[in-house]
Amino acid sequence: MSQVSESKILKFYRSQTGRKFITGVTGIGLMGFLVVHLAGNLGFFIGGDAVNAYTAKLHSLGPLVLIVEIGLIAIVLFHAILGISIAQEKKRARPEGYALHVSGGAPSRMSPASKSMIWTGIVLLLFIVLHVWQFRFGPHYDTMLPGGVEPVRDMYKVVVDVFADPVWVAIYMGVMVLLGFHLRHGFWSAFQSIGAMSSRLSNTMYAAALVFAVLIALGFFVLPLYLHMVH
Amino acid sequence: MSHDNMTIHLRVWRQSGPNAKGNFEQYTLDTVNPHMSFLEMLDVLNERLTKEGQVPVEFDHDCREGICGSCGVVINGTAHGPQQRTASCQLHMRHYKDGDAITIEPWRAKAFPIVRDLVVDRTAFDRIQEAGGYVSVKTGSAPDAHAVPIGKEVADEAFDYAACIGCGACVAACPNASASLFTAAKISQLALLPQGQPERKRRVVAMVDQMKVEGFGDCSNHGECEAVCPKGISIAGIAKMRREYFKAILTGK
Ligand code: HEM
Ligand code: FES
Repeated sequence: MSQVSESKILKFYRSQTGRKFITGVTGIGLMGFLVVHLAGNLGFFIGGDAVNAYTAKLHSLGPLVLIVEIGLIAIVLFHAILGISIAQEKKRARPEGYALHVSGGAPSRMSPASKSMIWTGIVLLLFIVLHVWQFRFGPHYDTMLPGGVEPVRDMYKVVVDVFADPVWVAIYMGVMVLLGFHLRHGFWSAFQSIGAMSSRLSNTMYAAALVFAVLIALGFFVLPLYLHMVH
Repeated sequence: MSHDNMTIHLRVWRQSGPNAKGNFEQYTLDTVNPHMSFLEMLDVLNERLTKEGQVPVEFDHDCREGICGSCGVVINGTAHGPQQRTASCQLHMRHYKDGDAITIEPWRAKAFPIVRDLVVDRTAFDRIQEAGGYVSVKTGSAPDAHAVPIGKEVADEAFDYAACIGCGACVAACPNASASLFTAAKISQLALLPQGQPERKRRVVAMVDQMKVEGFGDCSNHGECEAVCPKGISIAGIAKMRREYFKAILTGK
């Protein structure tokens, strides 16, 4: 048995490698959530009943949903706090900047995406709050599922109502572009952070990051537009 | 082969001491030979400044053959200049053309305070090294080279990390001024070799902790360090360092 004491966990949390490790693990957790969320969204392309049946099914799981929700909040908080702290530390480590800073070129991974992680991240944080407030804690309408006995929440209507407004459509689509940027660097970076990277894997993973970022961002990007146009 | 002298416009960071306020000074050299190294071009400037009774530009150098790691400066925004896998001293003026403007700045990091002009204090690296970047052995006469067999692939990988000359370009180029590539190179080199095993866990924890004590930033995986490293050390070493640290904390040191 290994003994991992409380002080060791704290030491890990405070160390530079530990901080990155946790940013990476929480980032991977959030990416996993995005995949599930995107799969769930496919219901919107089928219709209102599919969406409402899916959300009703989720909420029938009861306390499990609550546990997952609290877990996600904790993951977002740890990820955001560490990300912001890393960005602050960076300023402290170089109080006086360069007149010129030019990339040394490949194999550098420095890109507009890698340089803007803190800004795309902060927008994502604000967006997550907005998004949860708008939908999870949004208006509650009752509807009956075909063959149902008890009314369920009409989540479909809540979403469709929001995206009736082109301003919301534009805001959501804009944030999804920024999400794409966050993932373009983040997907690759997370595996580097947890030490799951070698010289051989690096190029493949960096290419995979681009594919992942485009697919996920595009998947979320088209839905508001689609709902706006079909209604 | 062209021997024509070039005119080069320099913009050099001048700072008279650690706490003095620095500024850029402009100098124009019209006798720069394309065969000169970058440092020889600075020698020409300094000779002129000395003759004119001005204070020459202070810059670090020793071997002038890319192995001591003392000569690093930021040249037009890139640590060690435009040619990859080349220390400032090995960069030649043939990469520039007549009339070019070149901005020269010192490494910039809180952990590397400026001593004067282009010279910075890199003893923070020494302290990271002292924290654990060694192997404690009885120093008798040198053992036979084949006394400890090491596989070719492992020896090669360890050698690639051992190529680090501690110049500090990784810190200079890193948007976060992180010392991760330097520290990872030292840790990886010793973690790969049998001689490094007894102190493996203690070493990674002590060296990683020292980076923070010295005031280097966190690593955000930009990978800019690998691009400017005169020895081309791979950031795969940084991933390795993180694995090593995680294992050390998990299994106790
Ligand atoms: C859906 C939400 C999000 C996902 C999927 C996500 C994903 C990721 C991933 C995979 C990484 C790479 C981890 C690493 O470099 O080790 C990352 C890094 C980062 N994230 Fe997020 N993130 C999300 C939300 C946020 C939020 C809300 C913030 C708030 C500030 C944020 C700030 C950052 C920062 C600053 C980094 C870079 C850390 C560094 O420079 O080392 N992210 N993110
Ligand atoms: S002077 Fe020794 S590496 Fe450049």
